[in-house]
Amino acid sequence: MFAHNGIIILLTLLIALMASIMPMPLSADAFRPDWVLIVLIYWCMALPGRVNIITAWVMGFLLDVLLGSVLGVHAAAMAISIYIIIGNHQKIRNFSIWQQALITGVLAALYHLVVFWLQRFLIDVVFLPSYLYPVITTIVLWPWVFYLLRKIRRNFSIK
Amino acid sequence: MNPIFKHGPSPLHRLMLVLFCSALLIFFDYKMASFESARGYLQSLVSPLQYLANTPKQLMTWASTNLTTRQQLMTENQQYRLNELTFQEEAMQLVILKQENERLRSLLASPLRSEIKKMVAEVISVDSDPYTHQVVINRGASDGVYEGQAVLDALGTVGQILHVGQTSSRVILITDISHAVPVRVQRNGLRLLASGSGQIDRLIHNFVPQSADVKVGDLLVTSGLGGKYPEGYPVAEVSFVSNDESREFVRVYSTPVAQIDRLRYLLLLSEKEPQNIFAPKVQEENSSSSVKIPTKVIN
Repeated sequence: MFAHNGIIILLTLLIALMASIMPMPLSADAFRPDWVLIVLIYWCMALPGRVNIITAWVMGFLLDVLLGSVLGVHAAAMAISIYIIIGNHQKIRNFSIWQQALITGVLAALYHLVVFWLQRFLIDVVFLPSYLYPVITTIVLWPWVFYLLRKIRRNFSIK
Repeated sequence: MNPIFKHGPSPLHRLMLVLFCSALLIFFDYKMASFESARGYLQSLVSPLQYLANTPKQLMTWASTNLTTRQQLMTENQQYRLNELTFQEEAMQLVILKQENERLRSLLASPLRSEIKKMVAEVISVDSDPYTHQVVINRGASDGVYEGQAVLDALGTVGQILHVGQTSSRVILITDISHAVPVRVQRNGLRLLASGSGQIDRLIHNFVPQSADVKVGDLLVTSGLGGKYPEGYPVAEVSFVSNDESREFVRVYSTPVAQIDRLRYLLLLSEKEPQNIFAPKVQEENSSSSVKIPTKVIN
């Protein structure tokens, strides 16, 4: 994990975790993008040997602790989304940036729906369309995160 | 190095493994509630992250408090002086009323009310998870916070402590869908139950009979019946009463009095001696070796 500047991967993931719990005004909060998911998707696509499903599950577990939800809910949703990326990373790598953004959006929607289904199974939450607002911001954010993380990966020559 | 032939288990096996772990965690955390103490340690573990995530907001608050004009400060000061005058007057009355109340209670041979201790806490992070309504505060077991403690803001009841960490703890709000407060109508003492609705500005009251005397604008205060919340603190104001008599029960909604969406400083109330969850389990015979917890308490 820590060879070839692997610590940088961990650092970006920690920053993503922090961004996902940072206090924001209530109106902007519904649009908070899925920082951890985006960063995990990038690293899984670029370096599937370093970041895998186990990493995604651990990050989801930390998110569960940070958000105070039932332990294992976000972890399972994160692992399922990342499994799809792991299985198709060779294909998705060759897509254009906007196609990748759309795929990220679909995965974000899947992630939110899995979390919703599990919560629905446990406590009686009702579905509101606002639960899927983060998908829009996630799609918009993907190109920026992609270029930034690629720059970081090349700059620190993380392999 | 990028190996052509991959080592280790295949992605599908890994997925099965972690999903199995998740299912176990969900079962033990939700159905058996066996992670209560582990939650405390996990909360302590991630609290540095929460403090770090809070720094930008704190910088902004610091800037805004330091960049006020002299004029603003003067008007604020004037306002506080006036407020203090009225509060002083009320406090003078309160001492006499308290004494009188105690005398009357002792005459009636009813148990005396114990003095409630208070502690001030600051909100350090608010959950972005839309399914739960929780906030994290900057007080933990080392300050004497315990699970189930009632939490107020300047206007009314906010919620109760859910998980306690060493330096931070988690508050579940009264609007959370899994939370309910026993309340009574201040006007006539009618008992109700205020359940959270998952919406920040609404509490729901179930099973209110058609004959109940509830009106829009009634103030609901805690009834102290559950044993969690001390009696008499404002909770919500009735905002909607349906007058559909074909139903078995009246639909009653209310709006929380506390400013749930703009919480900053909170007050923790404690009636009993705090019990540190990180303290070693004390046996009955050597209870003298119990750990003394330093408490920062404002009386």
